Amino acid sequence: MTTRSPISRRAFVAGMATSAGLALTGCTQTEPPTYGHVLRMGDLLTYKAHRLLLPAHSLAREYDYRDISSVPAIGTTNPADPNKSIFNKEYGPVYDRLLANNFSDWRLIVEGSVTRPGAFSLADLKRMPSRTQITRHTCEEGWSAIAQWTGVPLRNVLQAVGTRPTARFVRFDAYDAYADGIDMLDALHPQTILAYGMNGRDLPISHGAPLRARVETQLGYKSQKFLRRIVVTDHFDDDWNIRNGWSWYAGI
Amino acid sequence: MRSHPSWVRICHWLVAASFLTLAVSGFLILMVHPRLYLGEVGNDLTPAFLTLPISNNYLPSELQPAIVFAELPGSPISAERNYEIFNKNGWARSLHFLAAWIFVVAGIVYLAFGFATSHIARELLPRIRELAPSAVWQDLKDHLRIDFAASHAGPGYNLLQKLTYTSVVFIVLPVMIATGLTMSPAITTAYPVLLDLFGGYQSARTVHFFGFAALILFFIVHVAMVIATGFGQQLRAMTWGK
Repeated sequence: MTTRSPISRRAFVAGMATSAGLALTGCTQTEPPTYGHVLRMGDLLTYKAHRLLLPAHSLAREYDYRDISSVPAIGTTNPADPNKSIFNKEYGPVYDRLLANNFSDWRLIVEGSVTRPGAFSLADLKRMPSRTQITRHTCEEGWSAIAQWTGVPLRNVLQAVGTRPTARFVRFDAYDAYADGIDMLDALHPQTILAYGMNGRDLPISHGAPLRARVETQLGYKSQKFLRRIVVTDHFDDDWNIRNGWSWYAGI
Repeated sequence: MRSHPSWVRICHWLVAASFLTLAVSGFLILMVHPRLYLGEVGNDLTPAFLTLPISNNYLPSELQPAIVFAELPGSPISAERNYEIFNKNGWARSLHFLAAWIFVVAGIVYLAFGFATSHIARELLPRIRELAPSAVWQDLKDHLRIDFAASHAGPGYNLLQKLTYTSVVFIVLPVMIATGLTMSPAITTAYPVLLDLFGGYQSARTVHFFGFAALILFFIVHVAMVIATGFGQQLRAMTWGK
């Protein structure tokens, strides 16, 4: 594939420089916060170094059908299960009702710094251009697995809602208590998809039904399961992982 | 007997501090999933190449209830083998990479000075005459007899010492950095050749572990030799330079 990311590295670096200028004025958070914490400073250094030094247009390795392996389902395996520590009191029960209806009432809300906020049904997403990729899921714990994922590239969804030029981050909200996000460079990466299919079938519940993110340039925990809402933001939105002591950037 | 140049002393302690941090944080990361594999794939549902008896995580699935991983008849089941208490990756990973930055910067400074001042060529690379069989045999005998009568602090290293230092600096550490980078999804996206070089993500992780084991062995022998040849004078030589 020779698809090119619509924003160049040069433009991105220029954007970072501009944002540094904005940060000096002290109004808003335009990069992952460090809270004055030395580990978060290290994370930020790694993130900046990757964005500065790595080419922006490369694709993660894609594998063959025969490479597909078993994939452990960890973390939340059913958001409706109140016994899990990451149970979402507000949306867990909602997930239960949506599941009973086989997700026909489920909608993905896409809003924030966009010109046409929208709510997409599974059928809407399946009508959009689709991409199927066999990629490696790499967990921060140290294990890995290969599966085939089918979904709509996030860039197509972002184009449909019309992100504003000031948009810099994308945040995922889910039916469990996780919330996490990525920057615009990863959001527009051609392999970053919202997957509704796994290994030729509908996405199983334990793997994030009805819709999960696949962010192939980062570790598994950025590929958020059980998507409920996508919020496009101009500024960094303090999210679940970083508040719980995990690096927001997980490209390493 | 010559003293350690100041840049060697500074780099030595920076490397020592970051190495120990890397070793401890790396061990914590390993405790989260103490199973090693070869190739691209390895997880709780696939056989391990090597299972390490560290932390309770290697024990089978009693720790958390098993769940079916796909809603199909006869689907394999999966269970997280972690006690939450063993997953310290939130800070252990960040600490590992922070220490790696310091380690790499100190390493680059060391190599730059080492080549620019010919320190590496003069003090670390063995000379041809040192590699003569009789000289090698003599050095081996001296070590086996634990005869360090002629030992002193600072350069003027013997053959085994030179071979150990050069293989750590020019073989083990570069392999550690390269296998470490091969575990990064962002870096293998940019440079997939790293995956080919080590035979996959899990192989790179396994090589990284054996590199860690080799460096721990080096660390133990290094400290033992420092003690055997006069702990006080060695420490003074590496700290104050005399």
